[in-house]
Amino acid sequence: MSADAWFDLLLAIVGGAVRVGTPFLFVSLGECLTEKSGRINLGLEGVLVFSAMAGFGGAYLSGNVWLGVLLAGVSGAALASLHGLLCSLPRVSDIATGIALMLLGAGLAFYLGKPLIQPQAPQIPSLALGAWSASPQVQSALSINALFPIGVALALAMAWAFRNTRFGLIVRMAGDSSDAARALGYSVNAVRIAATTAGGFIAGLGGASLSLYYPGSWNEGLSSGQGLIAVALVIFARWSPQRCLGAALLFGGAGAIGPALQSVGVGGGYYLFNAMPYALTLAILLATCSPKRSIKGAPMELGVSR
Amino acid sequence: MAHGPRSWHAAAEAVLLPTGALAAALLAFGVFVWFGGYSPVETWTLLFRGAFGDAFSWQNTMQRAAPLMLTALAVALPARAGLTVIGGEGALVLGALGCAGLPYLMPLPEGTPGSALVLLAGAAFGAVWLALAGAMRQWRGVNETISSLLLGYIAIALFKHFVEGPMRDPASLNKPSTRPLAEGLRIGPIAPDSLLGDVHWGLVIGLVLCVVAGIWLSFTASGFALRIVGGNPRTARLVGLPTDRLVVAACAAGGACAGLAGAVEVAAVHTAANASVIAGLGYTGILVSFVARHNPWAIPPVALLFGGFAAAGSLLQRRLGLPDASVLVLQGFAFVFILAAEALRGRLFQLQMPTMARLRLVVPAGGAKA
Repeated sequence: MSADAWFDLLLAIVGGAVRVGTPFLFVSLGECLTEKSGRINLGLEGVLVFSAMAGFGGAYLSGNVWLGVLLAGVSGAALASLHGLLCSLPRVSDIATGIALMLLGAGLAFYLGKPLIQPQAPQIPSLALGAWSASPQVQSALSINALFPIGVALALAMAWAFRNTRFGLIVRMAGDSSDAARALGYSVNAVRIAATTAGGFIAGLGGASLSLYYPGSWNEGLSSGQGLIAVALVIFARWSPQRCLGAALLFGGAGAIGPALQSVGVGGGYYLFNAMPYALTLAILLATCSPKRSIKGAPMELGVSR
Repeated sequence: MAHGPRSWHAAAEAVLLPTGALAAALLAFGVFVWFGGYSPVETWTLLFRGAFGDAFSWQNTMQRAAPLMLTALAVALPARAGLTVIGGEGALVLGALGCAGLPYLMPLPEGTPGSALVLLAGAAFGAVWLALAGAMRQWRGVNETISSLLLGYIAIALFKHFVEGPMRDPASLNKPSTRPLAEGLRIGPIAPDSLLGDVHWGLVIGLVLCVVAGIWLSFTASGFALRIVGGNPRTARLVGLPTDRLVVAACAAGGACAGLAGAVEVAAVHTAANASVIAGLGYTGILVSFVARHNPWAIPPVALLFGGFAAAGSLLQRRLGLPDASVLVLQGFAFVFILAAEALRGRLFQLQMPTMARLRLVVPAGGAKA
């Protein structure tokens, strides 16, 4: 390949990192909030599919894309609150509930989304950050999903709130020591239900980004494991919202390699390149986990970090 | 009124709780379709007619139950060792790939020995795949639920890569497939001229393996050791059980079952590995195993029930015009209610008003979850 081709490839990957990484960012922020309160919600995969469908349906029926985004968030919150409520019952495991939610979310989305497969809905606008450049490749790589800056702001706000606000401290306390939270008179379950629901709302925005920006339509193969990768990504980011941002971009970049290579004409091993994010996730989990100690930064009550 | 637990309570709960949960799921599903303007009564009737109404639907149901028994074992065996491994779908597609791929590598004898070899190849692929998840958990502390699902996505990518690339049969134009298995390697029906019709030997394989797994867990020393590991890993280490080896073996055994399911699907149903194999059987197997409480003896009837619902799905689609995902919705409801029913275990017969109040969703401080 010539230097130009390499440059185009690199640019496509950088642009793709933001495009593909935006859903990762929202889901991992949602999961981060949930896990900080001491529960793991594997069901965000189901939440992602369901909210993508709801967001697309909302935008299509109302004609207003931001109503669609809002509906995606609300439906994500509704499904996640089911997780929060179920896990508050005695002897109900959060891992098993997450698996159930994955199936339920996908089932509901495919059922209700059947009539939405054909039509076109209004799309989330893009911000043309590349307008200064004359090169169309630079322009297309830097035309960014309008939700992305919201996600960045949210990551920073969450990082600040976990350190400095009353709510942030209560959530962290519920996640680190339920005894302490109970001793101070907070209902641990209520805190966790609230955190899970709010996390579902945030993850729902990621679903909207899938169906209303990139790929930008609703079909049944829209989400294949992004929600799950985001859960692993939170472990990689060691439960810090800022690091979630970096991790989401890294994974977005990995996910963009396959399509980027295809756009410059390398077609072989298409499926293998598409599996890159999963392999990368596994490699990172292998590198960061250890049976001897729990990971630094992990909420103490969390089962997943053991 | 108030009395302590009786000896029959546990047994009664073991039957009543799942049955009640499934009834609640059916009820919720009825309400759900009613919102969409369909008649719930008609839906329920068709659901049972399509599953168990006549000889033909029974055949269909049994065909679908066979792989579910195997994929459910893939969840149940690791679960008894204390692991939530849900990568059965990945092990299944790799099993299908191994089964369809073996004839590419070596000449195979016709007839039963050849069939046995392709099935074993599938089982071996599945076993290795899920053993990976177990090994990563034991030696690196990686959460096995996440890793097994990720392995599942990687397996599907590998499957598509080989089926649409190096192993593609040039004759498969519209639907990329591997070369079909030779006639002599396929698995035939058990009794083609009887009422069983097309039901193939996969059903027998599934039933036999459920029984074998049940005997292993209930009546052998290593099965008992495995259950100790699952019940209390610290005790298991204390009494010197080879915890790591037992856990990985349980995962490998489960993976072998799921791989076998994929191989049987290829050898008995599709005759070649193609996208039809990726039908979510691994995910339904998770549900079957949870409903059966990871008990191999209970898996066959539960698999039959969910195989029946899957069989009725097409009837619902044809007669009422319900979307094909309606069975998925029913499965999702069933999963949620089954888990919620766990909260009642051990106290179903102790329920009184104060208990009911305690069961309110937000358990107050010092409540049952403490």
